Amino acid sequence: MDKETKEVLLGPIHFQNPITLHVLGICSALAVTTKLETALVMSAALTFVLVGSNVVISLLRNKIPGSIRVITQLAIIASLVIVADQVMKAYLFGVSKQLSVFVGLIITNCIVMGRAEAFAMANPPFKSFLDGLGNSMGYAAILIIVAGLRELLGSGKLLGYELMPTITNGGWYNPNGLMVLSPGAFFIIGLIIWVQRSASKGLQEESN
Amino acid sequence: MELLNLFLKSLFIENMALAFFLGMCSFLAVSKKVDTALGLGVAVVFVLAITTPLNNLIHKYLLQKGALVWLLGEDALTIDLSFLNFIAFIATIAAAVQIVEMAIDKYSPALYGALGVFLPLIAVNCAILGGSLLMVQREYNTVESTVFGVGAGVGFALAIVALAAIREKMKYSNVPGGLRGLGITFITTGLMAMGFTIFGGIQL
Repeated sequence: MDKETKEVLLGPIHFQNPITLHVLGICSALAVTTKLETALVMSAALTFVLVGSNVVISLLRNKIPGSIRVITQLAIIASLVIVADQVMKAYLFGVSKQLSVFVGLIITNCIVMGRAEAFAMANPPFKSFLDGLGNSMGYAAILIIVAGLRELLGSGKLLGYELMPTITNGGWYNPNGLMVLSPGAFFIIGLIIWVQRSASKGLQEESN
Repeated sequence: MELLNLFLKSLFIENMALAFFLGMCSFLAVSKKVDTALGLGVAVVFVLAITTPLNNLIHKYLLQKGALVWLLGEDALTIDLSFLNFIAFIATIAAAVQIVEMAIDKYSPALYGALGVFLPLIAVNCAILGGSLLMVQREYNTVESTVFGVGAGVGFALAIVALAAIREKMKYSNVPGGLRGLGITFITTGLMAMGFTIFGGIQL
């Protein structure tokens, strides 16, 4: 792997992370992370849509007229999301019910639009493919950390298996209800940003 | 009375931004100043109030299972086009935003100057599409979806203006390096969301 490929593929995991640095795709990162299972399914769906839309838009990049490019991109993305939604309804009905509107909201997930606009419109298909894969991994990494922490601290479980037996079940762990509610998600992402930017000082912002 | 309850519910208890995490990207990115936050808030109310009932009509008369009966007669009872919801809704939203933008530009240049930059952004704001998708999921009728659209929009505007006011105050605080900017905004929003959870227990 040469240096450029590596940067396109692995950059988004830490130094160019879509969620914690570019503020893209926050809605779903917060909403589907009460359980690890939903977060994993959501990451898989987003990977499919992002890689697909990046490749298709990159193949069509010289054919799409500038004035209607947003609606063209939206049509491509929406078609891919419909496919993902139908597949999930067929094979993972329970999880798809839990994700409710958030599968549909992948259409307006800013990561997909953002990468299409910023990368796929200006780069060849293979590079766009790698960029899509890299950004999905960056997104999935944050989702898995947040969902893991929220499920473990909020209910003492991981993927449904009880790791810390809760008091109500005769164990010792007193579940932290805040983690399951919406504020918990904000705090955890805020803390992840703090840890990440303290580790790499170059990522810090100048002012509030 | 039912409608007033629905309005208050979508405004406070099920606040778009703080309880459902919808429209977060613009919520965090456009909340540095109260003026711009207010502009975005008003634009969101405007667009939600138009697109939610519009998508409700599209769903009811074109895409829902058996919706085409008025056009094709009894044969159409089994036709279910609801998988086309996503693409139809996003097309309506993009078109509505475009039309609203042109209409405001023609009839009220002052308002256009204030909202102009935010309108194109709104087409991809998940609060708008989310409003339409939630409307379908909860089976609202056309009047209810109008009320829901306005309530959800006002709730979003309220939240973003409040956050912008806090961030303006916070400008000169000494925040630890790693938390500066985005990090502290997340923590602040978390505290606001915590405040909004007190509405959760209210039965309307």
